[in-house]
Amino acid sequence: MGETVRAARAGRVAEGLRVYGLIVVMWIKSTMAYRASFVMTTAGNFAATALDFVAILLMFSRVDALGGWTLPEIAFLYGLSGIAFGLADLAIGSMERLGRRVRDGTLDTLLVRPAPVLAQVAADRFALRRLGRVVQGALVLGFALAHLDIDWTPLKVLLMPVMLLSGAAIFSAVFIGGAAFQFVAQDASEVQNAFTYGGTTLLQYPPTVFGKELVRGVTFVLPLAFVNWLPASHILERPYPLDLPDWVAFTPPLVAVACCALAGLAWRAGLMSYRSTGS
Amino acid sequence: MGTGRLYAAVAVGNFRRYATYRAATAAGVFTNTVFGLILVYTYLALWDERPQLGGYDQAQAVTYVWLGQALLSTLAIGGGGFETELMERIRTGDVAIDLYRPADLQLWWLASDVGRAFFQLLGRGVVPFAFGALAFDVALPSDPVTWAACLVAVLLGMVVSFGIRYLLALSAFWLLDGTGATQMAWLLGFFCSGMLLPLNVFPGMLGEVVRALPWSSLLQAPADVLLGRADPVGTYLFQGAWAVALLAAGRLVQSAATRRVVVQGG
Repeated sequence: MGETVRAARAGRVAEGLRVYGLIVVMWIKSTMAYRASFVMTTAGNFAATALDFVAILLMFSRVDALGGWTLPEIAFLYGLSGIAFGLADLAIGSMERLGRRVRDGTLDTLLVRPAPVLAQVAADRFALRRLGRVVQGALVLGFALAHLDIDWTPLKVLLMPVMLLSGAAIFSAVFIGGAAFQFVAQDASEVQNAFTYGGTTLLQYPPTVFGKELVRGVTFVLPLAFVNWLPASHILERPYPLDLPDWVAFTPPLVAVACCALAGLAWRAGLMSYRSTGS
Repeated sequence: MGTGRLYAAVAVGNFRRYATYRAATAAGVFTNTVFGLILVYTYLALWDERPQLGGYDQAQAVTYVWLGQALLSTLAIGGGGFETELMERIRTGDVAIDLYRPADLQLWWLASDVGRAFFQLLGRGVVPFAFGALAFDVALPSDPVTWAACLVAVLLGMVVSFGIRYLLALSAFWLLDGTGATQMAWLLGFFCSGMLLPLNVFPGMLGEVVRALPWSSLLQAPADVLLGRADPVGTYLFQGAWAVALLAAGRLVQSAATRRVVVQGG
């Protein structure tokens, strides 16, 4: 019995990924029909996200350290947060449109299709131009790695891709949780921005900048600290925020799995509570 | 109906229209407060390192952050006012109908945008500002004259912001698709208004250039009046000059554009 349920669930996940892939390919094709427009919007996306790094550079034109961290160290945090968030935004950033779909009733179209709703909503209007953000984050990370004198160990090298992927998964969970909330709130999609864009902005600065309560909140309540603060502290050999033990730097994958599971439950609850506008 | 009353009615109507989106307003207040919080901590770290940076002390820097959060949507610093609607009307050709109305196109949209701005000031601006003032050490003036002077600078900022975005919207007559122009306006608005970092913190020449541009009327000017760092009359002259120049440019571009409207009259 349990076996068949598990097999059915695995089948559903595979089906979801297949549907997601199909819709994504369709949107990429439609984007590429207007190549010049794609290049311009990607460049625009790049410039728009680069703006907050420009702010950091401007700050460092007047000071040598911020919260005790140097520019390359902050660039390290910035790059990691930018790539992790950029990947999540690229994969499922369109989910923030869910509120509009609930409001104008077009979500119904997705419900009657024989494919997982989450996959359809996540792939809806897939925007390849969001690669601009990932590229920008990667460039800043490259700058950081070139200027930092890190004492590399195999464990630290391994931690890099692991933390990027876990970070992307944690941000994805935030996107899904936010979308689930919009089933209830409908036109309050901006609340989500506080946690997604706000979260990535927060992580661009060292934890020493922020008040203890805020750091506690983003460690134990909304575990954004696991995206970069904790693993990066290990790599840079900096004291951990909140004096946490050494091993927490290696827990981001576990935190990511837990976040995604919770977000999945929230999504299901949201979808169950959905009542069409009937229009 | 007198013309003054017509435009007042347009402004009031748009105020009411924005007031109906209650959940969106509450969400905006929440988000502005969260971003204000993050910014305040980074500014405090910056001013810890360099006290009196840009001539502000810590309390003034914190006040600046919360004023920025209050004015962000009021003055549509990153865009997000009437301009998307006007661009859409230009793209579809509906603007032809507006031109037949017995009202001035520019004044009509100005009135509607002022209505929107007042709602955003009360609906989205006051709460984050009050939160900031209660939760942090701020530098607020004690005499009502300075508050009133700041309010006048905000009003002039509304007109300057409108002037910039009116030109932006009219660009749709030539570009049809406003995505690129809107994004540029967003970038310039954030960078040059002082939303990113107070303009007096910008180094050297760059600082002088950005302070001379119209965007400095949006946040830097009202902030310096509120913090008692600028002479109100001089600030008003600067803002007023930009307002007049931008509105006049808007008129010129409008008359050039309306000669093209026949082509788009779908």
